[in-house]
Amino acid sequence: MIEARNLTKTFKDKKRGVITAVDHVSFTCRPGQIYGLLGANGAGKTTTLRLLATLLQPSSGTATVAGHDVVSAAQQVRTHVGFLAASTALYARLTAREMITYFGELNGMSATAIKARIKQLSAELDMAEFLDRRCDKFSTGMKQKTSIARTLVHDPAVMIFDEPTLGLDVMTARAIVKFVRECRDRGKTVIYSTHVMSEVEKLCDTIGIIHDGKLCAEGTLAELRAKHAEQDLEEIFVRIVGLEDTK
Amino acid sequence: MNWHNIVTVYLKELKDSLRDRRTLLSTILIPTLVMPLLTFGVGTVMSKVIKKAQEEIPSVAILGGEDSPAVVAALKKSPKLRVVATPADWKQAISDKKLRVVLQLPAKFEAGLLAGAAPAVMVYNYAGELKSENGARVLERYLIELREQTIADRLAEHGLAKTLARPFEFKRENVAPPEKVGGNMFGGLVPYLIIILCFTGAMYPAMDLTAGEKERGTMETLLCSPVARVDLVLGKFLMVLTGSLSAMGFMLLSMGLTAAVGGSLMGGGGAVKAGAGAASSRAAMDVIPMIDPVGLLGVLAMVFPVAVMFAAGAFTIALFAKSYKEAQSYLAPMMIVVILPAVIGMLPGIDLNWRLALVPLLNLSLVCKEMLSGVWHWNYIAIIFGSSCVYAAVALALAVKMFSREDVIFRT
Ligand SMILES: Nc1ncnc2c1ncn2[C@@H]1O[C@H](COP(=O)(O)OP(=O)(O)O)[C@@H](O)[C@H]1O
Ligand SMILES: [Mg+2]
Repeated sequence: MIEARNLTKTFKDKKRGVITAVDHVSFTCRPGQIYGLLGANGAGKTTTLRLLATLLQPSSGTATVAGHDVVSAAQQVRTHVGFLAASTALYARLTAREMITYFGELNGMSATAIKARIKQLSAELDMAEFLDRRCDKFSTGMKQKTSIARTLVHDPAVMIFDEPTLGLDVMTARAIVKFVRECRDRGKTVIYSTHVMSEVEKLCDTIGIIHDGKLCAEGTLAELRAKHAEQDLEEIFVRIVGLEDTK
Repeated sequence: MNWHNIVTVYLKELKDSLRDRRTLLSTILIPTLVMPLLTFGVGTVMSKVIKKAQEEIPSVAILGGEDSPAVVAALKKSPKLRVVATPADWKQAISDKKLRVVLQLPAKFEAGLLAGAAPAVMVYNYAGELKSENGARVLERYLIELREQTIADRLAEHGLAKTLARPFEFKRENVAPPEKVGGNMFGGLVPYLIIILCFTGAMYPAMDLTAGEKERGTMETLLCSPVARVDLVLGKFLMVLTGSLSAMGFMLLSMGLTAAVGGSLMGGGGAVKAGAGAASSRAAMDVIPMIDPVGLLGVLAMVFPVAVMFAAGAFTIALFAKSYKEAQSYLAPMMIVVILPAVIGMLPGIDLNWRLALVPLLNLSLVCKEMLSGVWHWNYIAIIFGSSCVYAAVALALAVKMFSREDVIFRT
């Protein structure tokens, strides 16, 4: 469960002055559902998700993740969160097994528990062949699998994905989408950010459209279609965000 | 603070660093090689050059000796000098190193001597050039002998004793134990090397563990873990400190080995063939002096808080950078800031006082010089150790503070 209440984040930038990257955003993600955060580049998706993962502190407002407050109980939040982004890389000089083991240890797991978990994940993700090879020699597919195993090692209740398919080839991207669905089917709370309309259409139970730091619209795909009397999500998105007006 | 997490982070960073070529180079390989290179490389070359210069019989040309045949003849007979024909442009010949020295005798030199006129003699050479300086020294020693002989002759003429002009003799002899001489001569060099290596040893791990991680995108991965940021900093800091101390440790180890090898070559002269081996071992003994081992332990204790300061300082600065390259451009100029006080400490005549005891690095370099030559000013030692610990604590606190600032970690 994720509940964001008036989440706000401002940055001070020398050139641009004060930027409100996330502006009073409130939403709820439920277990067994995928919440899709749809927005253009610079809309504030990454910042929102970093706030939920407690990588950043909100300027005002707050959120609870798996029952813990992101401001007052950041450490407990992180024990229940798996965070996967295009920007979360692997340690190049470690093997996949060492990488997963390290994050198991950081999550306070015992050596035997980590071993068992790696065996299980390696079988599920078909990693046995490259488990003991160094990450710098991996293909993007292998890297993604290792990253997924890293986020899942402590079996978190909440999964946060920040444009996980960015820059990946079709096959790897499909594997990721399949994996996100599996997370939902196992009853995890999933939040998924993207700027790709088709991914949202295929994947998400609830869609939140974010623009300029503000959550402009929210609902299921059916609700959004009905409200705007339009089938095409891209059309709906453009209308909500109001990009056409400025042209 | 959770020690289990700190150790987990530290062990991972240690494993990771041991697989990084740049870190291995700066924390193990270069520190190990620097002493043997200095002694067997530079030391051997230096001692060979000096020996060759001293073995050479300097060439001397004489100006205006036509009316002083006895002096010229005596000079020509001397085995320590080689009298050559005077070239037209003798000044140029000296500058071109074709001629070492020129002796200018005034007109009627011998006649003047007999008349008691005190004529002035000139010696021309190339100041600072090793072989020319050596030639001038030989020539001047010859002139001093000639002068003393003249005095002796005159005294004899008047029936007076030689001791009239030379009422007493004197001699110089070193009574300080060899480690004191060594400490004074090289006491400055060892802390200087220690300071530099401590810094370069900290520099590469610091860049790799901070800016390097940001650049490679693993910093965000790491921050997702539930470990508190303090634990992450301390684990990483311990690794940087390990780099710093290992650079120093390997340098001292190889210095000890170099001395031992040099010493055994020297001591076991019968077993080892003469020649190259003996020459290099003598060079080693010249460069690695006898250093008081207790002094060395004292130095290690004094260096520890400075290594902590370096590790925390390099960590903080590198953390601010976005990329490895940027971190390098911040830390490379810091080398000068680090070396300068060490160099000042090496200068002769600068000694510890209360004010200098509070200047970081300079105080270390000065107190190390003293300790290595067996001088223990406990009040200064306490002040320097105490102030170094304070500086180290401040640097470490700063590192922790920087790590919890999101505008530093997520700098764009
Ligand atoms: N650390 C930061 N410092 C200053 N501005 C930032 C920082 N991170 C993000 N921003 C700004 O905040 C806005 C939202 O960025 P972001 O959350 O990355 O958007 P998205 O992920 O939707 O592309 C952008 O204008 C971006 O430039
Ligand atoms: Mg983004």
